[in-house]
Amino acid sequence: MAVEQPDMKISIGSLRLRNPVMTASGTFGYGEEYGSLVNLHRLGAIIVKGISLLPRQGTPPPRIAETACGMLNAIGLENVGLESFLSEKLPFLQGINTPLIVNILGDTVQDYQQLAARLDEEEKVAALEVNISCPNVKQGGVAFGTDPGMAHAVTKGVRQHFSRPVIVKLSPNVTDITGIARAAEEAGADAVSLINTVLGMAIDIKSCQPKLANIFGGLSGPAIKPIGLRMVWQVAECVSIPIIGIGGITTTEDAIEYILAGACAVQVGTTNFINPRATEEIIQGIGAFLVENKMASIQDLIGRARQV
Amino acid sequence: MQAYQQQAEIVNTEKVTDDIYRFTVKAPDIAADSKPGQFVMVRAGEGLDPLLRRPFSIHQVAEGGLVQILIKVIGKGTQAIASLKLGRNMDVLGPLGRGFVHNTMQEHYLVGGGIGVAPLLFLARQLLKKNESSAIKVLLGARTKAEISTLADDFANMGLGVQTSTEDGSLGKQGLVTDLMAPLYSKNPVMVYACGPYPMLRAVAGVSRDRGWACQVSLETIMACGLGACLGCALLRADMNGYVHVCKDGPVFDADDVAWL
Repeated sequence: MAVEQPDMKISIGSLRLRNPVMTASGTFGYGEEYGSLVNLHRLGAIIVKGISLLPRQGTPPPRIAETACGMLNAIGLENVGLESFLSEKLPFLQGINTPLIVNILGDTVQDYQQLAARLDEEEKVAALEVNISCPNVKQGGVAFGTDPGMAHAVTKGVRQHFSRPVIVKLSPNVTDITGIARAAEEAGADAVSLINTVLGMAIDIKSCQPKLANIFGGLSGPAIKPIGLRMVWQVAECVSIPIIGIGGITTTEDAIEYILAGACAVQVGTTNFINPRATEEIIQGIGAFLVENKMASIQDLIGRARQV
Repeated sequence: MQAYQQQAEIVNTEKVTDDIYRFTVKAPDIAADSKPGQFVMVRAGEGLDPLLRRPFSIHQVAEGGLVQILIKVIGKGTQAIASLKLGRNMDVLGPLGRGFVHNTMQEHYLVGGGIGVAPLLFLARQLLKKNESSAIKVLLGARTKAEISTLADDFANMGLGVQTSTEDGSLGKQGLVTDLMAPLYSKNPVMVYACGPYPMLRAVAGVSRDRGWACQVSLETIMACGLGACLGCALLRADMNGYVHVCKDGPVFDADDVAWL
C-alpha cells in the first residue's frame, strides 16, 4: 500500500518551495562548504552569506564566544562582495536544484538598490533577503532595522529594483518588532524573516576583558528560541504576508513550534555548525509529524496554535 | 573538499597524563582521507551545553580505519569528550582544513610544544615513508616531564632522534623548545613544522626566519563550524590587510603568511 506523502510545499510570493526548511544566512557559507555533508538538492531553499557591493573584511578577532546553549558572534559581515559572489560562488549554486535566496546588505538605500538591480539579472537568484538587522556594524545594518521609516525606505528601494520575491530580515533588538514588520509589508515586502541575533556580550574573568574584540555580538543558538518564537507570534498578529521563523531551531520540534506560532517556513542557523545534517533531519521530521497527526499538508499546521 | 560526519566507535582510550587522553576511534572514511596537519571537529556530548564542537588535530591514523586524537581537558567541552567511554560513539566531523606540505626539503625539523605535539606524530610517520630517519629531527618542549615523556617515546620508537626541553628541567634541557633549535645546523634546505601555543609558534617562526629555514605552523583559534561557514576563526594576514581563516586556509600556514602579534 502506498504511503500518503504529506504536502510540504509552501509559497512565498511567487516563490514555490518543496519544503519549508531553509539555511539561515551566515551559517551555511555559500552552500559549497556543506556540499559533502548535506544533500543540497533536498533543502527548501539555500540562503547564502550576506553580500555587499564591495568585499568586507569583517571585525578583528576574537569573533566568537560560546555561551550557555548558544554562541555570540561579531563577524562584521565579512563577505566576498557582489562581483566575486557572481563569478566565484554563483556557478556552484547554479548546479544545485534548490531555490537560491541571496541575503543583501548595504550602508545606504542606494547600495541595496544596486545589489537588487544586479541580482535581478541572475535568474538563479529566486529571492532576496534584505538584511536590515545585523547588530555588529555601525552603519546600515541594524540602523535600518530599528527605525520603521528607514526599514520602509530600504524595502521600497529593493522592491523597485527586484522583480522576484523580497524578504526582509528583522532584528529582535528593538522595542516593537511589529512596527518594523508592518513598515516592510507596506513597502512591498513579500515576506519577513525573524529573528536575527540578539545583542549580547561575554567577559573573560581571567583577563578581565570582553571575550569579543567587538565587545558586543549577536547571540544565537537554542538559548534564543523562546524570544524568536514570541516575536513570530507577535508579528503574525499584525501582518498578512508570510513569516519565516528563525532563532535557535535545533530539532524538528523547534521547527514545528515556529510553524504553529504562525511561520510558514523556518531557517536553521547555528545548528548547522554542530549538526550539519540538521536541515535534512528536520525536513524528514516535519513530514513524519504530519503523517503521524494525519495532516495532509503543512498548511494544516501553520498558525494552528493561534486558533482559538 | 570532502568531509564526513561519522558516528565513530571508541575502540581505545589511554590516559597519557593527568589531563591528556588519547582516544582511538573507528572512522574509516575520515581515516582514508586524512593528511598530517588536518583536524576533526568533535561533538561535545549530546546536550546543548556545551553547544559547539571542539577542534582536534588528527594525531595518527592506523590500519582498520582508525583515527587517533589527543584531548587535553581545559574546560567543560573537552571534559565531556574525555569522559566518553570505550565502546560508545564519538560524533566526528572531518578531515578538515589544510595540512602540512612536505616534499622539497632535505632536512625536516618537527617542533612541538605541549599538546601541540599531536599532529607531528602523524607527520613523522608520513615523512619516514620518503626520507631517511636521519633527515628528521624532533624537538619537543613542555612545562614538565609528565606532559611529553610518553609522546617523546612514541617518536623514539619510530627510530627518530628526539630532543626534549622542559621549563622545570624535569626532562631534557631546561628551557624552551627554541633553545633546542639554536645549535642546529644544516647545509641542506630545512623545513620547520611547528605546532604548540601561540607564543612558542611566534618564537619558532622568528628563529626560522633568522636562520633562513622555511617554516609551517599549525595555528589554533576558537571556531564554530570548522567548514569555512561561520568565519569566526579569523586571523590577521601578514600584510595586516584582511584575515585568513584557520579552519579553511589553515590550520597549517606558512609562517610568513600570518601576522605575529
